Amino acid sequence: MSDNHNDKHQASSLSNHAPNTSRIASQNSIDAEKRKFLIATSAVGAVGCATAAVPFVLSMTPSERAKAAGAPVEVDVSKIAPGDMMVSEYRGQPLWVIHRTDEQIAKLANHDAQLADPNLEIPQQPDYCKNKDRAIKAKYAVMLGTCTHLGCSPAQNFAVTADWDGGFVCACHGSKFDLSGRVYKGSPAPTNLVVPKHQYLTETTLLIGEDKESA
Amino acid sequence: MSFLTKKADALLGWVDARFPLTSNVKAHLTEYYAPKNFNFWYFFGSLALLVLVLQIVTGIFLTMHYKPEAAMAFASVEYIMRDVPWGWLIRYMHSTGASLFFVVIYLHMFRGLLYGSYRNPRELIWLFGVGIFLALMGEAFFGYLLPWGQMSYWGAQVITSLFGTVPFIGPDIAEWLRGDYLTSDATLNRFFAFHVIALPLVIIGLVAAHIIALHEVGSNNPDGVEIKKVKDKTTGIPLDGIPFHPYYSVKDLVGVVVFLIVFAAIIFFAPEMGGYFLEANNFVPADPLVTPAHIAPTWYFTPYYSILRAVPPIGISQFPGVAAMGLSVIAFAFLPWLDRSPVKSIRYKGNLYKGWLTAFVVSFLVLGYLGTVPADVWGQFGAWMGKADIATVVARIFSAIYFLFFILMPWYSKKDKTKPVPTRVTG
Repeated sequence: MSDNHNDKHQASSLSNHAPNTSRIASQNSIDAEKRKFLIATSAVGAVGCATAAVPFVLSMTPSERAKAAGAPVEVDVSKIAPGDMMVSEYRGQPLWVIHRTDEQIAKLANHDAQLADPNLEIPQQPDYCKNKDRAIKAKYAVMLGTCTHLGCSPAQNFAVTADWDGGFVCACHGSKFDLSGRVYKGSPAPTNLVVPKHQYLTETTLLIGEDKESA
Repeated sequence: MSFLTKKADALLGWVDARFPLTSNVKAHLTEYYAPKNFNFWYFFGSLALLVLVLQIVTGIFLTMHYKPEAAMAFASVEYIMRDVPWGWLIRYMHSTGASLFFVVIYLHMFRGLLYGSYRNPRELIWLFGVGIFLALMGEAFFGYLLPWGQMSYWGAQVITSLFGTVPFIGPDIAEWLRGDYLTSDATLNRFFAFHVIALPLVIIGLVAAHIIALHEVGSNNPDGVEIKKVKDKTTGIPLDGIPFHPYYSVKDLVGVVVFLIVFAAIIFFAPEMGGYFLEANNFVPADPLVTPAHIAPTWYFTPYYSILRAVPPIGISQFPGVAAMGLSVIAFAFLPWLDRSPVKSIRYKGNLYKGWLTAFVVSFLVLGYLGTVPADVWGQFGAWMGKADIATVVARIFSAIYFLFFILMPWYSKKDKTKPVPTRVTG
């Protein structure tokens, strides 16, 4: 094959000197004009393919139905016993409301030194929850029960011991959180649990997903 | 020549004039000369092909009854197990086949490490092989979500979250993969698409490339000797080569029989394999609000999962662990360029390489075990070690050995005292 090609090439370079053979010569030697055109055509084709890929890639993003499922939900917190919690659903994720006792609230300040972000510098909560209780009302702590590490739901561990003030432990990779959802140092989870936007509609009815600022 | 043979020859001639049938049979079977000294380790290539076929066939039949929909998926698998005639058998063949696929592939890869099968001129065979391994991991992961049990659900949630740790674009990638803000029906539906069509096509294509590349350069062997260097002067056939068919097709059949005995024994007597092939938590339907107390991937992913858990976060980023896990799999692709030994086979390598390979295998097994148990399985150290989990510290040590096997290979493979390699295979 390659020998054959070389022969042709030599023949064409010889024929270049002969008159009236320029058309034949251009078939065998490199035609810069034609090559430029080929490159341009390939480039346009590549852009066309990339453009055609866009709808396919975007078809995999959350659909309108999935987006609509993110509407705000109402939660009635009156039935939660003090020292207990309730799990409901918000955007398909577990939403926790913890009814903290005065004793539990008092303990929150005791372990600041062991926390990764005790002063809530990383915005994992709305501004109106950036306070010592991490809540609008200290009694009710509201947060998403989705571990900030890899998305498991941490388990409740409220029993107080000498070196544990009560909180949550994630079964997947051992992250630990206090009753405000603040993460302990040394956990694989990088940040505190997320407090979603919320507001009180009545004394014991919460609206999750919308606050007074956004409404 | 009888009438029938004449007719058969005529038909073959007719086909050969239109399709290279005879020439392909010769090139890949009857006149593909493989080294005559293949041993036990050479069963696993053909067995991997057998398992691939089994998975495709059983998969097609499962698809006829399975519903890729969050509300129906779990029940449809139970329906296959209880109501579909012989459905339990087909489903157990498929789930057992998945685990045995990894058994066979890991042994096949270990063979490569033993005899230097990745070395020049077989780098591309090896790279295609790494590609098959990656696609197979994806295939297993996507398939594991389909029964929509608790372990399916939370496994997928954790793995898609891994992509969320990539700096800057991570959360968008995770959302794009799931097609929702969390693992949901949309995720299940697309994982089904990946599992039954996208990845199988990729795997079949890569397997074809793997075999074509192999038959171009010829098989390696336990001596790491190139049999093409010594050929019969008149026929041009390697003196140490024998035709694949019938010699190795018959030998491989023995392997197939033994494999099928093991396969059937597992299907009939221990399809769940004590929770290693089918995890107990996966017999509970997926519940997005409750994570099971102990989640772990299936056994074939646990070495890499251990590495993920062992690497501590840097600042608030979990990405280093994710990157280490990715690297631990990709590392195999670099072997052809990391190994600087003058010899291919372990038979002629020195104690330095043998020591490192042993350390690597031990690390792989220990990490594999640790990935199946919680991090506090061995308790904690005292205050002198900051009360660290013993298992986590052990996992860190073996993760380091795992990576050092690759990182230091250019050094120790060169420094190793090798033995002289014979010109012919030793049988």
